[in-house]
Amino acid sequence: MDPKDHGRGHFALGWLALALLLVSAFAIFRYAPLEKVMLEVQKIFYVHVGVAWNAFLAFAVVCVASIAYLKTKNRRWDVLAAASAEVGLLFTTLVLLTGPVWGRFAWNTWWTWEPRLTTTLILWFIYVAYFLIRSGVAEPHRRASLSAVFGIIGFLDVPIIYFSVRLWGSHPIVLGKGGGGLHPMMLQALIITVFAYTALYVYLTQKAMAVERAKMELDEIKEGLREGAQA
Amino acid sequence: MGFLVKVAGLVRKDLLSELRTKEMISSMLIFAFLVIVIFAFAFEPSKATTKAVFPGIIWVGFSFAGILGLGRSFTAERENDCLLGLMLAPVDRSAIYFGKVISNFFLVTLMQVVSLPVFFVLFDYRVTAGGIGKLVIIMVMATFGFMAVGTLLAALSANARTSEILLPLILFPIIVPVVIAAVKLTAMALAGSSWGEMGMWLRMLVVYDVLFLVIPFMLFDFVLEV
Amino acid sequence: MATGQFMAVLGPNGAGKTTLLKILSLLVKPTTGQIAINGQEVGDHLVKLRREIGVVSHNTFLYPNLTAYENLRFYGRMYDVPDLEQRIGTVIREVGMAYALGDPVRTFSRGMQQRMAIARAILHNPSVLFLDEPYTGLDQQAMEILNEVLKGLRDQKRTVFLITHNFDQGLDLCDRVVIMARGQLVYQASARGLSAADFKDIYMSHVGGS
Repeated sequence: MDPKDHGRGHFALGWLALALLLVSAFAIFRYAPLEKVMLEVQKIFYVHVGVAWNAFLAFAVVCVASIAYLKTKNRRWDVLAAASAEVGLLFTTLVLLTGPVWGRFAWNTWWTWEPRLTTTLILWFIYVAYFLIRSGVAEPHRRASLSAVFGIIGFLDVPIIYFSVRLWGSHPIVLGKGGGGLHPMMLQALIITVFAYTALYVYLTQKAMAVERAKMELDEIKEGLREGAQA
Repeated sequence: MGFLVKVAGLVRKDLLSELRTKEMISSMLIFAFLVIVIFAFAFEPSKATTKAVFPGIIWVGFSFAGILGLGRSFTAERENDCLLGLMLAPVDRSAIYFGKVISNFFLVTLMQVVSLPVFFVLFDYRVTAGGIGKLVIIMVMATFGFMAVGTLLAALSANARTSEILLPLILFPIIVPVVIAAVKLTAMALAGSSWGEMGMWLRMLVVYDVLFLVIPFMLFDFVLEV
Repeated sequence: MATGQFMAVLGPNGAGKTTLLKILSLLVKPTTGQIAINGQEVGDHLVKLRREIGVVSHNTFLYPNLTAYENLRFYGRMYDVPDLEQRIGTVIREVGMAYALGDPVRTFSRGMQQRMAIARAILHNPSVLFLDEPYTGLDQQAMEILNEVLKGLRDQKRTVFLITHNFDQGLDLCDRVVIMARGQLVYQASARGLSAADFKDIYMSHVGGS
């Protein structure tokens, strides 16, 4: 496969993502009404939830691709898992950065051990660990198998972490942060934002896969040159 | 039957080897003692606030010391390439996994049983016999989950260049639920709560233990691939 | 390859010797092709058929803190060896290590450890024995002892693969030689009547200057 080949519709998807992000920005700032208590600061909530939702999607993809890799031993699945984890880690970082901005105004504190935020933090640690494993193992097949095993375990652990943090929380649980009480126009803006970031996620994952494939190709060329020099 | 005989043989080999050197148990014990001393300096043992964080202090000590032991369990197999020798034998990979879980569980529990009284004495913590009984059961449940997933990740990290520093980094995020449950349950047991009050936490620990015994059982083959 | 033969596999580093060993010793499944042992195709019986194979490598696979006896007993259990105590007695005498049965392996010299490794590999009476670079790190005396043991194995008509990159050692024991380079079998012949000097020329012409 040509490493420069980004997969079907990559180019169009890029423009779609851009268009959706612009629409979502318009929806957030012009279409959705201003929240009465938090005013403009509440706007970050759309991005926060949109990114968070896709971060979890990214890690679900890592888990599925990891299972597929262990079943088929096809390197493509490993490439997908690594690429998805990379974008997922970026999105999780954004969640952790936007969360405190919201919290500072909503609850008057930068950080709160709220179950969702705390679970996201642990998730961030898990996927940093995922990349530590990848960088610690040089042999490609072994790296793929070991990171796949961890990708599966890490994802399956998430519901238990969420449950335990919620059970642990003596802090007030802010239920329905984005749920029921939302103004319909706010909800529409939120849905558009979630989709915009999903498009961005797919676009970035394709890019990361192309980079990963190019790396693999480079390794093979290097290997070939080394053998050529030896013979 | 053959499977159990092999698991027993593997456990016996590990414990016999440990009995000769005592390197795992002694380093875990000394580490646990050091944690006690450091915490005694950091938090005044006689203050009431320290009594409140006492369960947390116990489990910080247990988890750090436990990871120290886990890290050793597979790097020790690398000497003379013993792990390869084992893989060449007609032994199921899952038998190797269960053998390691059992021997790690035994050694870490031994460390806990020896160091627990020291925690109580040095922090001057009074407790009833019933509380201790509950605490022991909680320790067994929490340590089992810890070792089940820890053994898999120890085998995984033994493949990496930086295995010693990698293991704590990949294991701690995964065992967050066990640590939270263990600390909460310990606090409840020491405060004299009944089993009924602990129900949710106990159920969570059981789910964790079962899940992380079954999943590694299915995935262990891939970790030992050559 | 016929039962009871003693075959040497030679080749430079990276020729695929170790991969061949991994496949033949049933550690990994081959990507293509089939292996048969005693006429039985391996297929999915990977674990069961490992019983038929013994491996001596440059690593001994012995637990340094356990005694010679404990190591043999442990591996005997893993291989389901019947009448284990008696069998341990037999193999330990075969490699001439009976006097050190109760000592920890850690205290043994390299030569003694390698003899123990052979005892470990033949403990379960394998039909095929692989020797992967067994001469690595041995002094002259230990090499002679190893050669003695190998001669004994040949006289017992065991099927033996000797995998090595060093053709000064072990060649006179072999029935057949095979040369590998770049993952391919490039030469095979009967080793009878082949002098070391002749063989060196053949080896060079097939493998090249590397």
